[in-house]
Amino acid sequence: MASSDRTRELDVAALPPVPGPERPTGLLAFLRQGLARGEAPEMRPAVGLFTDVSLCIGCKACEVACKEWNLLPSNPPEWRESYDNTGCLSATSWRHVKFVEDFGAPLPPRPVVPGMDLTALLAEPKEGQWHFLSDSCKHCIEAPCNLACPTGAMIHTEFSTVIVQPDVCTGCGSCTSACPFGVVAQSSHDGHAHKCVLCYDRLRDDLEPACAKSCPTRSIRFGPVESLREEARARVQSLHARGYGKARLWGAERSGTYSETHAFYLLLEEPELYGLPSRPVNPWIHLTGDYLRGAVGLLAAVALLAVAMGRMAP
Amino acid sequence: MSGLGTSFGFGAATNPPRDMANSDCVLVIGSNMAESHPVGFHWPLVARDRGATIVHVDPRFTRTSAAADVHVAIRPGTDLAFLAGLIRHVLETGQDFRDYVLHFTNAATILRSDYDFDEATGLFSGWNPETRRYDLLPHSWDYDLEPGPDKVARTDPTLQDPRCVYQVLRRHFARNTPEVVASTCGCRPADVVKVAELLARNSGRDRTSNLAFALGFTQHSTGPQTIRAAAILQLLLGNMGRPGGGITALRGHANVQGATDIPTLWNVLPNYLPLPHAVPEQATLAAYLAGGHGSNARRGGVTDGLWQEEAHRGAWSALPHYLVSLLKAWYGEAATPGNDFGYDWLPKITGDFSYMSLFEKMRRKEIEGAFLFGQNVGVSGPNARLERDALRSLRWLVVLDLFETESASVWYADPQGPAPASVGTEVFLLPVAAGTEKSGSITNTERLVQWHEKAVEPPGECRSDLAWIHDLGLRLKTLYAASTLPRDAPIRNLTWSYGESEPDPELVLRELNGYHVATGEHLHSGAELAHDGSVACGSRLYVGVYPAPAANLARRIGGPVNALGVFSEHGWAWPGNSRILYNRCSADADGKPWSERKKLLWWDEAAGHWTGLDAPQFPVTKRPDHRPAPGARGIEAIPGDGAFHAHLDGKAWLFAPFGLVDGPLPVHYEPFESPFRNALFSEQCDPLKVIVEDVENAIAPAADLRWPLVATTYHLTEHFISTRMDGWLVELQPTMFVEIGEELAAARGVANGDWVVVSSARGEIEARALVTPRMKPLVVHGRLAHVVGIVNQFGYRGEGVGDSANDLTAMSMSPDSHIESAKSFTCELRAGRLAHPRSLVPLPRVPEPLVSDPVPGTPWAAQPFGRQRRGE
Repeated sequence: MASSDRTRELDVAALPPVPGPERPTGLLAFLRQGLARGEAPEMRPAVGLFTDVSLCIGCKACEVACKEWNLLPSNPPEWRESYDNTGCLSATSWRHVKFVEDFGAPLPPRPVVPGMDLTALLAEPKEGQWHFLSDSCKHCIEAPCNLACPTGAMIHTEFSTVIVQPDVCTGCGSCTSACPFGVVAQSSHDGHAHKCVLCYDRLRDDLEPACAKSCPTRSIRFGPVESLREEARARVQSLHARGYGKARLWGAERSGTYSETHAFYLLLEEPELYGLPSRPVNPWIHLTGDYLRGAVGLLAAVALLAVAMGRMAP
Repeated sequence: MSGLGTSFGFGAATNPPRDMANSDCVLVIGSNMAESHPVGFHWPLVARDRGATIVHVDPRFTRTSAAADVHVAIRPGTDLAFLAGLIRHVLETGQDFRDYVLHFTNAATILRSDYDFDEATGLFSGWNPETRRYDLLPHSWDYDLEPGPDKVARTDPTLQDPRCVYQVLRRHFARNTPEVVASTCGCRPADVVKVAELLARNSGRDRTSNLAFALGFTQHSTGPQTIRAAAILQLLLGNMGRPGGGITALRGHANVQGATDIPTLWNVLPNYLPLPHAVPEQATLAAYLAGGHGSNARRGGVTDGLWQEEAHRGAWSALPHYLVSLLKAWYGEAATPGNDFGYDWLPKITGDFSYMSLFEKMRRKEIEGAFLFGQNVGVSGPNARLERDALRSLRWLVVLDLFETESASVWYADPQGPAPASVGTEVFLLPVAAGTEKSGSITNTERLVQWHEKAVEPPGECRSDLAWIHDLGLRLKTLYAASTLPRDAPIRNLTWSYGESEPDPELVLRELNGYHVATGEHLHSGAELAHDGSVACGSRLYVGVYPAPAANLARRIGGPVNALGVFSEHGWAWPGNSRILYNRCSADADGKPWSERKKLLWWDEAAGHWTGLDAPQFPVTKRPDHRPAPGARGIEAIPGDGAFHAHLDGKAWLFAPFGLVDGPLPVHYEPFESPFRNALFSEQCDPLKVIVEDVENAIAPAADLRWPLVATTYHLTEHFISTRMDGWLVELQPTMFVEIGEELAAARGVANGDWVVVSSARGEIEARALVTPRMKPLVVHGRLAHVVGIVNQFGYRGEGVGDSANDLTAMSMSPDSHIESAKSFTCELRAGRLAHPRSLVPLPRVPEPLVSDPVPGTPWAAQPFGRQRRGE
C-alpha cells in the first residue's frame, strides 16, 4: 500500500507552484530586506481549549485526529501493559489520553429485606472509577518555554496560543526543561522542539482544532477563551449540584505561582490523580531572586576581594 | 432482531440514539456503548447532564461503566436472568404503568387452558421429550379465542383472570427473586433492586427510560429471548413508542440495519418477507400467500392456528402486495400473472444455509467457492481456525477488501495452516473502494437512510462493492443469455439495469423505493403497492425515500431540529420518516399525551388527524377510539389504540404466541458452555440451541473443571477488525491481550504484562495479561467465578499482530436467529507461553510521512514534521 495513495488529496506536490518572494537585486536592497522585520499579523481574539474530563470516554479520537491533521508519524508499537500505549506527550504525540484506575474495596453487602432503605441504596457511590484525561500543551499565558527560548522560536501567535517555529529552533532544549508539565519534547528525528500548535493552520482558516472537532462527546471544546472559561465555571456549578463535590477547574485562574492557561481542564478529583500539579510553579518567578542574589553575591565578592586586597597592600 | 420483531413487529431499534437525551434513565446492558458507539454515546451523556441516571450492567468495568452512575457486574450469559429479576420486581411492587400496559400490550389477553410452563424442567407445554423439539407451532401457546368467525382473543381488562397474560407473567417470573438472580448473575441482591427501582422511578406518565443493548445480548444461545425480556420490561414500564424511552438496538456497523432490511440472509427476502421453503404447501404463489407472514415450512403443514390470522389482520395482510411488487422489481416484464410473477424463480429453502453451516459444508466440499465482501471471517468468525480451514477447502475464494486480510492470505500466512503448496484454493483479492471513495446510502441504527457522496477517487483499480457485483451480474447475464434451460430463467429474467458499465447507486435506490410499471413514476407511500403487477418495489419499507427523480430524500442534510431532537428533514427514516417507532403509544387511549413533558403525538379533534413532533407511524386520520367493524381486514382491523399494527391484534406481545421457536416467554438457561449448573431449571442450556457438528468444534460439558473460567470476547474502541493495518491505530493498541482480575492473576501466578495461554475445548491462544481491578471475581452459587475478557480484534496480518480470540469460540447458535454464542464460553488460563509459539510477524510499518515531497518554497527546517521520509 503506497502511502501516497491514501492521501491523494494532500498531495501538495501536485498543486500549482506558489510564486516565491521577489528576489532583491543589489546589495542595498538585499540588506534592506534582510534587516526589515516582517509585518506582525493582526491580533485575533484569544482562543483556547476546555477539556472536560466528566465527558471524556477515553476513546483517543483526539490523539488520532491530531496525528492525522498534523502529519505526525506513529510511534513504534509498544504495549505498555495498559490501555494507555502512548505513554507521554512527545515530539510525535501532541495529545495523550491518560488512564487512571481508582478502585478500592467492593461495595458492602446490603441484604434485601422488606422496608429496606431504598434512598440510601440508590445514593450509593460507584465501586470505583476509571479516569481519563486527554492531555496536551496548556498554552500558558506566561509560558516558561517561551521565556526560556533563546532564539525566539517559541512564540505566542495572534490567537495567544504558543507555537514552535522549527526554522528558528536550534534544538537547544531549554524549553523542554523549562516546561513544568513535560509537554515540549525534542525530536530525535530533526532535533527541533515540537509540541501541540493548537492547529495554528486550522485557526487561520477559521476551523476548530482537530482534537475538538473529532471529540464525539464534546469533552474537548474550543472557543474564545473568555467565554470558554465562563462556560466551564457554569459547568462546575452544575456538577457540584449533581453531587460531584470535588469538581474544579485547573488552569482557568491565575495563581500566585502560575499564570492562567489557554488550554484548561475540568477535573473531578485532585489534579495529582491525573498527573497534573495542583500548584504549578513557573520557574521564572525564582529568577528575580536568583538575579538579585547573584548581584548581591557578586558585590559581596568584589567587596571582600577589595577588603582582602586592601589588607594585603603594604 | 427476531426478539424485537416478535415483541413489537419490526426488527429494528425503536428510538434514535439522539432521543436518549430525552431519557430520565438509560440502562446500557449487553453493550459497551461508549467504546463501540462513541458518537452516539454523546446523547446519554447529554441526558446525564440533564439529570438522568446511566446504569451499566456488564461483566467488565469498561469505558461505558466509567461514564455511568451505576455499574453492576454480572456473569457473562446471565443478562436474561438479571432482566427477569427486574421484571419480577416491577410486577411484585405493582410499579408497571397500568394504563399503558392495558391498552398497548396483550397483558389482558387470556391464554388457552392447556398452556403450561414446567417449573422443574424449564420447558413449555408442547415439548416432545422424544424428539427434543417443541411440536411444530404448539397450539397451547395460542390465545383463547372468542367463538365466532373473527378469531378474536378473549380478554380480561381487570387482569385478574389467572390465565390472562399479566397473571401468567407474574407466575412465570415469580421465582426470579433478587437472591436467586444475584446468585446466578454473581451480583448483590441489592443490585437487582437498585436497578429495578431506578428504572421504575424513572418511568411512567412523566418520565421515560431507555434500554440500549448490542452484541452482548445477541451473541448468546438465548440472545433473542434476552431481547424479549428487555421488551417485556420496557412494555411493563410503559417506555415503548415514547420520547426518551424505547429499546436502542445498537448496530455493530454503519449499515447493519440496511443489510438486515435488504438482507444477505439465507432465509429472508428483502424487508423480512419469509423466503419460501421447498415444500408442497408453498409450491405456488397462492399457497405461499395464503399462509401469511407467519407461515413457513416450520409449521410443517399445520393448517390452523392463530398465526393464520396474520394473513387477514394487521400490516402483514398486505403480504401479497409486498411480494408481487418485489417480484416485479426483480423480474420486470418477465413477471406476469400467468407465471405467478416468477415465484418459481425464487430460491427455495432446502436446508440450513445459515452462516456457520456454510463453513461446515465447505469442509465437506459441498460448497466450491465463496465471495467475502468486506468480511474477514478468518478473524471475526466463531471458531475462526475452523473457518480458515474451511476456506482452504474451497476451490476458489474471492475476497473484496481494503487490505490483504487474514482471510485473503489464508492459503499461505496462517501460522496454524498447512504448507502453502498443499492448499488448492485459488484466491482472488479484489481491491475495493473505501466509504469515502464511493457514493451510496447507508441505513444506520436508527433506520435513518443517509446518502454520502464520493469525496475522493479510489486509488488504482479499486472499485466499489456495487461496481464489482454489478459487473459480475452483467457477465452472468451475458453467459446465460442464450440458454433455454428453465433452471437458468432466474438469471435470464433478472432485471439488471443500473447503468451501462458503471452502476448508478441512485438507480438501485429507485428500485428499492419502487415505481409504477406503466408510467415509471416513483412511489410515494406504501399504500401504492399492489398485488396485480402494476407496481415494482424492491423494498417495501423504503417506499417514500425517493418519491420523485429529483427528490432523493436520503440526500437531505441538516434541517431544523425540534424541541425533542427530531430532525425530520435530515435524511429519511423508514417507515414513512417516523423517527420513533410505535409512536401511537406516546398518547393515551383518548389520543392525549401522557404528560406535557413527554408529549410526542396527539389527536387533533378539530382537524380530525394526528399531529405532533414526529411523523405518525400509523394512519394519520385513524381516530384514537376507532373500533374495527366486524370482519374488518388489514390495517382496518387494528383498533385506534393498536400501536403495533404489524401484529394481528395491534398489541405489543408480552407473551409471544408465535414467532420464536424456543418459547413464548424468556427462560434463563445457562450458556452452551458454563462452569455452573442451571440452578433454576433442570434443562441446562437452551433446549433448541444449534451446535455445528465437527470434530474441531468440541464443546465443554457443563461444569467441567478443565475449563473453570468464564470467557467473554469484545472489541476495543481503537480498532475494528482490519484496522491493524493502520499505524496510527496500531500504536494505540498494538497487541493482543486478555483482561483478568487481580484475584485470578494471583491464583495463576500471573503479573501484569506477563504472557498467558488461554485455552478452550477448541484450542489455545497466547496473549499478554492485563491485570486490573476493573475485573472483579463474582460469587455465583457460592463459588467464585472469574471472568476472562478476551479482545477479539487481532490476527496474524497487520502492523499489530496477535492470536485470534475466535480461535477459542465455538460454532454454537441461538435457535431463532442463528447468531453465534461468542460472548460466553468456558476457558482455562495459565501463565507462560505456548509450547510452540506461533511465529507472528507484523507487516513492515507503512511510514506515515503522508506527503513525501517537501512543501514548495519552504526551508527544510520549517517543513511540517511528517513531510520527510522516516530515516532520511
